[in-house]
Amino acid sequence: MLLFLEQLLNGLQLGVMLFLMSAGLTLVFGIMRVINLAHGSLYMVGAYVAATVFLHSGSFILGLLAAITAAGLVGMLVELLVLRRLYGRDHLDQVLATFGLILFFNELTVIIWGRQPLFMDVPDLLSGTIEVIPGAPYPSYRLAIILAGILVAAFLYLLFNHTRLGMQIRAGASNREMIAALGVNIKLLNTLVFGLGALLAGLAGAMAGPILAVESGMGESILILTFVVIVIGGIGSIRGALIAALMVGMVETLGGFMLPALLRLFLPAATADGAGASLASMSVYMLMAVVLVLRPHGLFPVHD
Amino acid sequence: MRGFIVTAALAALCSISGNIVASAPVKIGMVTTLSTKAGYLGEDIRDGFRLAMDLEGGMLGGVPVELLVDDDGRDPGKGKQIAERFMQRDGVKIMTGIVFSNVAMAVVPKVVRDGVIYISPNAGPSALAGKGCHENYFNVAWQNDNLHEAVGQYATDSGFQNIYLLAPNYPAGKDALQGFKRYYKGNVAGEVYTKLGQSDYAGELAALRAAKPDAVFFFLPGGMGINFIKQYAQAGLNKEIPLMGPAFSFDQRLLKAVGDAAVGVVNGSQWNHDLENDANLLFVEAFEKTYGRMPTLYASQGYDAARLIGSALKQVGGDLSDMSAFRAALRKADFASVRGAFKFGSNQHPVQDIYVREVVRTEAGDITNETRKKVFANHRDAYAAECAM
Repeated sequence: MLLFLEQLLNGLQLGVMLFLMSAGLTLVFGIMRVINLAHGSLYMVGAYVAATVFLHSGSFILGLLAAITAAGLVGMLVELLVLRRLYGRDHLDQVLATFGLILFFNELTVIIWGRQPLFMDVPDLLSGTIEVIPGAPYPSYRLAIILAGILVAAFLYLLFNHTRLGMQIRAGASNREMIAALGVNIKLLNTLVFGLGALLAGLAGAMAGPILAVESGMGESILILTFVVIVIGGIGSIRGALIAALMVGMVETLGGFMLPALLRLFLPAATADGAGASLASMSVYMLMAVVLVLRPHGLFPVHD
Repeated sequence: MRGFIVTAALAALCSISGNIVASAPVKIGMVTTLSTKAGYLGEDIRDGFRLAMDLEGGMLGGVPVELLVDDDGRDPGKGKQIAERFMQRDGVKIMTGIVFSNVAMAVVPKVVRDGVIYISPNAGPSALAGKGCHENYFNVAWQNDNLHEAVGQYATDSGFQNIYLLAPNYPAGKDALQGFKRYYKGNVAGEVYTKLGQSDYAGELAALRAAKPDAVFFFLPGGMGINFIKQYAQAGLNKEIPLMGPAFSFDQRLLKAVGDAAVGVVNGSQWNHDLENDANLLFVEAFEKTYGRMPTLYASQGYDAARLIGSALKQVGGDLSDMSAFRAALRKADFASVRGAFKFGSNQHPVQDIYVREVVRTEAGDITNETRKKVFANHRDAYAAECAM
């Protein structure tokens, strides 16, 4: 039972991380209709910048701020230089171009930082463990990630539902020609939205730095799950991204832990572990398949 | 230029003394992994190999050699192409360099059948040590299971009774745990296979804590290992349950990325920079001076591969027309290995000592490995008996 609760926390933490990634991606996909495979690269930029600033200044907060600034700027630059030319084009062109960006950014990090993964530590304040659930010490840094995710979700809720900018973004997601006709500068809006998405990816990358290896290509592993999240949540929907990210986080974590245990009931241990591990890595995709059968446009479709 | 002068000088010397030395340098083809995240492995193998050549002024065993290097990008198909080109276009008779077992399996059986001598500086898949052994295939590093076996023996010797095992869900992961269990006699608290390339181990760590093992053995190469060790420490587990693994997650470059989280971890290796023998002292000092960084075990293997080739070239005077003489010379392993005693077993794989090391923070503040004890003396791999040679 203790273990189960702890795994719930782990699932929540993964879900929060996925939410930060998918919130930006779903906006870009929903509003600009662009498939941006390079979203994971912005996550990597965040992690690299955070680790570098952390290494030189010793301050985690400074690293975090530098990371989101850098990722936001890089994101807007990419929008201006590359993506802007792709809005009217076929999805295949966009996939090709943004895949090229992935290769570009991966090589760029190798050129700038070398092949050696960077080191980044958790801030001293959060280096310990806390017994949120009595008997199961939980790393306080991971709790901080959960907290940060909740704050970002609240911020996005306020931004989208209670500001003029948010209203325009939502309007852009449902009908972009109409709001352009109404005199909203859709080009500027696109750049801003892209910058916001990049900033969130950078934040996710910076927060992942102390947990994961900061290395070239680190964005790709989370990118796939991020796409699963936005497809389940409904493309363009922030609310959908939040719910779907938590679902995927839970399924991914609990699947890896419960499936082998379940299979052990009627299979020999070694077979059960092997099969369980394989099934667990499929579980997220099975979830996606089920959701798409029941609701072909995702849980919270924006376009019908 | 320097190589040219040396060659010219040597040629002049030969014409005076009347010795028969091949005038063109002996070509050695190195197929290795220089790009991708694992590129630093090939880089170190290459640099170790080059160092041995540089120390002799572009020669190995007194014979001028030319090293051809190409990057396989960790891709078996590409490795095969490069090997093909080395053989067809360059007429290479000696090859080395492959980092990964899957690339080795695609390249090695083919080239050794075609009469090329292959010296493995890293990969040692069981298939090539057992039934698939070949007179042209030599492994100067280890059979893949060796380092895991050493940790298994260490766990048994240290009286651990209940160990939790963790490896990625792919063939090398399963082999690793198999190798460990060959020498570990206690109870297995849990055997977990994670996804290949997994980055977050929170779920596994929670389950691990609940299983209450008295130690953990893990094999997670590359970035996976960095992630796991950091998260293990963040969960506070490094203070409660000792962690152990093969040397692959604890080379000098990875340690830099892991930091303090790795301190105290015990790992099995056939080499360490603090092994006290003359060859090693010379190697470590020259490597640091030349490249400005500490050598890894991969660099030591590249260096030994070059020195092994050098010892054999010396015996045949650089003449590769009689391959059986060259093979016999290689089989003697008449060189001072940086790991001390070294010889080949019947399947031309190493018979060597294997140690456990512990990750420590030095007084200067660096994080590095310190040799703790010798676990195996003259250790042979488990597949030699299956090799009919």
